Amino acid sequence: MASVPRSFLLLSIIPTILILCADFACCNTGRKTGDGLDTDFSGFSVPLEHSFQVDDVSRFRMRGALQLRGGRETSVSLSQSQLSEEDRNTLKVGEEVAAVDGLYKIRVPRVSLTDRQTERQMDGYLTAFVRACSLVESHLSDVITLHTDVSGYLIGVSIVTIPGACRGTEVEDEVDLEAFNTTLTIIAPTNAPQPETALFIERMDIEHEKRGKPQEQKSFFAKYWMYIVPLVLFLMMSGAQDQSGGGAANGGGR
Amino acid sequence: MSKPTSLFVIFFSLFVMSEAVFEDQVGKFDWRQQYVGKTLFAHFDSHSQSSKKLFLATDKNIFASFNSRTGDLFWRHVDKVGPEGTIDILLLHGQDALMVVGGGRLLRSWDTNMGGLNWEAVLDTGSFQAACFVAIQDTVKHVAVLKKAVISLHYLTNGHQKWVENLPDSDTVQYQAVYSGGEEEVYVLGVVPNSHLTIIAYSLEDGEIIKQRSVEAPWLSSVESSCVVIGQGVLMCVDPATLALYTLPIQAEEAPQFNQILLQVTPVQPRLESVVFPPQLYVHAFLKKDDSVGYRVLVQTQDHALTFIQQPGRVVWTREEALADVVTMEMVDLPLTGTQAELEGEFGKKADGLFPMVLKRLSSQVILLQVWLAHLWKLFYEARQPHGQVKNEVTIETLSRDEFNLQKMMVMVTASGKLFGIDSKSGSILWKHYLENVQPNAVFKLIVQRTTAHFPHPPQCTLLIKDKDTGLASLHVFNPIFGRKSHIAPPALPRPILQSLLLPVIDQDYAKVLLLVDDQYKVTAFPSTKNVLQQLQEMASSIFFYLIRSDQGNLSGFRLRKDLSTERIWEVVLPTEVQKIVAVNGKRPNEHVHSQGRVMGDRSVLYKYLNPNLLAVVTESTDAHPERAFVGVFLVDGVTGRIIHEAVQRKARGPVHFVHSENWVVYEYWNTKSRRNEFSVLELFEGTELYNSTVFSSLDRPHLPQVLQQTYIFPSPITTMEATLTEKGITSRHLLVGLPSGAILSLPKMFLDPRRPEVVTEHSREENLIPYAPEMPIRTEWFINYNQTVARVKGIYTAPSGLESTCLVVAYGLDIYQTRVYPSKQFDVLKDDYDYVLISSVLLALFFATMISKRLAQVKLLNRAWR
Repeated sequence: MASVPRSFLLLSIIPTILILCADFACCNTGRKTGDGLDTDFSGFSVPLEHSFQVDDVSRFRMRGALQLRGGRETSVSLSQSQLSEEDRNTLKVGEEVAAVDGLYKIRVPRVSLTDRQTERQMDGYLTAFVRACSLVESHLSDVITLHTDVSGYLIGVSIVTIPGACRGTEVEDEVDLEAFNTTLTIIAPTNAPQPETALFIERMDIEHEKRGKPQEQKSFFAKYWMYIVPLVLFLMMSGAQDQSGGGAANGGGR
Repeated sequence: MSKPTSLFVIFFSLFVMSEAVFEDQVGKFDWRQQYVGKTLFAHFDSHSQSSKKLFLATDKNIFASFNSRTGDLFWRHVDKVGPEGTIDILLLHGQDALMVVGGGRLLRSWDTNMGGLNWEAVLDTGSFQAACFVAIQDTVKHVAVLKKAVISLHYLTNGHQKWVENLPDSDTVQYQAVYSGGEEEVYVLGVVPNSHLTIIAYSLEDGEIIKQRSVEAPWLSSVESSCVVIGQGVLMCVDPATLALYTLPIQAEEAPQFNQILLQVTPVQPRLESVVFPPQLYVHAFLKKDDSVGYRVLVQTQDHALTFIQQPGRVVWTREEALADVVTMEMVDLPLTGTQAELEGEFGKKADGLFPMVLKRLSSQVILLQVWLAHLWKLFYEARQPHGQVKNEVTIETLSRDEFNLQKMMVMVTASGKLFGIDSKSGSILWKHYLENVQPNAVFKLIVQRTTAHFPHPPQCTLLIKDKDTGLASLHVFNPIFGRKSHIAPPALPRPILQSLLLPVIDQDYAKVLLLVDDQYKVTAFPSTKNVLQQLQEMASSIFFYLIRSDQGNLSGFRLRKDLSTERIWEVVLPTEVQKIVAVNGKRPNEHVHSQGRVMGDRSVLYKYLNPNLLAVVTESTDAHPERAFVGVFLVDGVTGRIIHEAVQRKARGPVHFVHSENWVVYEYWNTKSRRNEFSVLELFEGTELYNSTVFSSLDRPHLPQVLQQTYIFPSPITTMEATLTEKGITSRHLLVGLPSGAILSLPKMFLDPRRPEVVTEHSREENLIPYAPEMPIRTEWFINYNQTVARVKGIYTAPSGLESTCLVVAYGLDIYQTRVYPSKQFDVLKDDYDYVLISSVLLALFFATMISKRLAQVKLLNRAWR
């Protein structure tokens, strides 16, 4: 795999981020640490950043750390702290800004789950957004999905809130905006099906057997021997009688 | 295997879906036009005086014969695309046309009468330089083919090689011409650029070098481009630098000591401005009956039009060969007739008082009466004319929409930069417009900004012409009905354009707004009136768009800001080391889906996931190894950047053709393991409950849809694919598949349904699902173009008509084919052979029967009352 060139700036930033992450890194959600082979892929963490957009400028700040585990069984967990007073206020303002459709954005750096640590990080981020108002109205319950491609590169991130609508309901309780209630999943591409020839042929065979059985039964003779044999016997008998009778007559004639 | 197939046949015959046309319908609703492309070589058949044949070889690798009186095609041979089929030279002698094909790979001889192949000979490798006939005392028996290092002589009768000789010093001397003067010698001309000319004479009998001469010519760099052999062996060369003309007798029997000084320098024309041997002009001079000289000229112009001119400057015919390379097209509704428009205008305008309204109504009634009378008079007049003389010529003036909107204007954009307006009913070209200064690598996008529905505003089309290398673009705004350039000045676009999008926002003149995004992510609106800008400002936060950089594997989404700048809101990156994006396709904006869901066997409803912002992104792996190659299909929401579905087709390779419509994506690829073409269908469903049934918003759809997928084997490669489109979307859908054989297959979408069951159950039978079979059938009745083969289909365009059952189809490539398809048969049209007499007589009889029986019943009742 070709190594990806990085800028010096990023090189200098990443270690600091990683150090920061170390503070957050805690439990993963109880997925068992794989067998010996997977030691190489023992989890690593990347920062999850967010930006509340009050004005049009995005300023990304730390939201939490994603604990990623590659290898045979990819798993992901997130450790995040509560929102600070200041952030809550911004978000509340953001909701007021929601009248002008403020956006809440998140981003994660592009990483690969399978490569070694040194080659994991690539240039750039994957970004997704949700309307700030829907985040507030859902009391910070969001679903974050990470998408990987065939070779384990992170290719996209998405965030939705449940419910997703903005109804303009006021969130009174400050407590509701304290902690994120995040559901996190990682999705790898599904394998598209191949034409199901084997199954089809099997089914055809079964159908054939079903239909074929009565046809390829015994021959005509085998089927009706009980009628034919007596008939033949009867004929033979009667013929023999005739013959013998005739013979007798002939004999008598001589 | 035969048994299952026979089962198939029995099974499919249950579904009576006869698509084929009847014999008497041939050509009634469809037409085909055949083209050949830009002419490279042309010859007139001078074999006999009365011959009207014309032979062309073109850049599309086609050898064709035309009728020189009418311009109609007699026959045509379509060779392979690309360098394998390139025609290097076309020579004509008597009944034989000789052709070197594929960069000197093959030598072919054709019979010019019938267009049949006489013989074909494989030539030695080497790049082709020249070829000529070799005659001995005016009887041509051989042909000489000159390659870079070899000259070979072939018999004209069977193509067998007589002899082949290596050329001396072929690494220094560039041999470029071969000449035979009717004697026992073949002359080969080679040049060492800016040094000397080499003339070698070969013996016709055994290929021995008879003599070899060298002539000083320091001014000569190429024989091919600056010399020509004229008359009896006189080489005439031009030196553009000194504006001089040189002549040299090739066969001159010179004394050996004068070998080098035979070049006669004779500056004939001192004011020779520039020298072109126009390859676009083919002149045929002949002797007329009265011994005067007549001529015919075939002119190939820059816009790829082929014009045939006869002596007094009369244009006999013109062929628009630009149509052999249609890039994109649109179908535009024809305008209403003047009277219809008048009525529309009356109801369209705002009321201005009672009295004027009454007057207006009266005046329009009078106009209608006039038109009706005129129509009656015309009918009467036509009835008096002998049958068959009445011609319904379609002209631009008589164009008007028909009852069911079946006749439309086809606006076609060709690679040469020429635009055409073609009547879809007859196929006649109603207008053409040549855009000059269009780069050969330009990319076109045709946008209908205003349809004909907004009388009195004329319809408006905009063509975006973009230079592929620089990205710089320009706009050409025109009226699609008349082809005239609009007086509206398009905005200047100084920066490269990345993306263009048509908004549903309309300005006060009912033109849809076109947004152009440049490389600094700044947006230009067209039209950019105050009204539009204001609307844009209001809607800015709900205008999202996406950009795709396939070279970086980057998909990103943007939102418009009030000041028409943009902000990046999402980003998805597909690493280019793994896979590259080959195609992205959204849905067609004019597509309607009638039913929101599908009723299942147990009477519950499975709702479709109908996301209008969904993008289908198809990738191919960079690893081409058959075991590791794959095709990726990503379904991405264009607003939020959310990856809705991500599937990988293993052991698969492109070219991928796909259609994205309604709630499904169909794609076709090459299976590298099983070495066959396969179709795969993806369908998206929301489930048995709708999240929000009133309106769809990408921002508020938190649950991912259910994705169903199934794959089938398709027994043929395909070249292009499109889905049928109807007005309301009630009619079932068909896929129109262009096959390399030139057939267009109308494949019912029913066969591509991921819910086809493995095992037939009561429920699946209820739903009319066909049981799964891995192989997709190709039935010949499904060919919508019966025997009208469309060579090299490049694209299929579908448009709805006013009839729900009918979809208009145009297939283009080398040829253009227009037809109508009825995916659910003509359920809204009475058949041609509908028995009006029977039905009305039955009705009348029933009516009288009821009358009589009523009367009888009354009498009976009365009688009973008296009793």
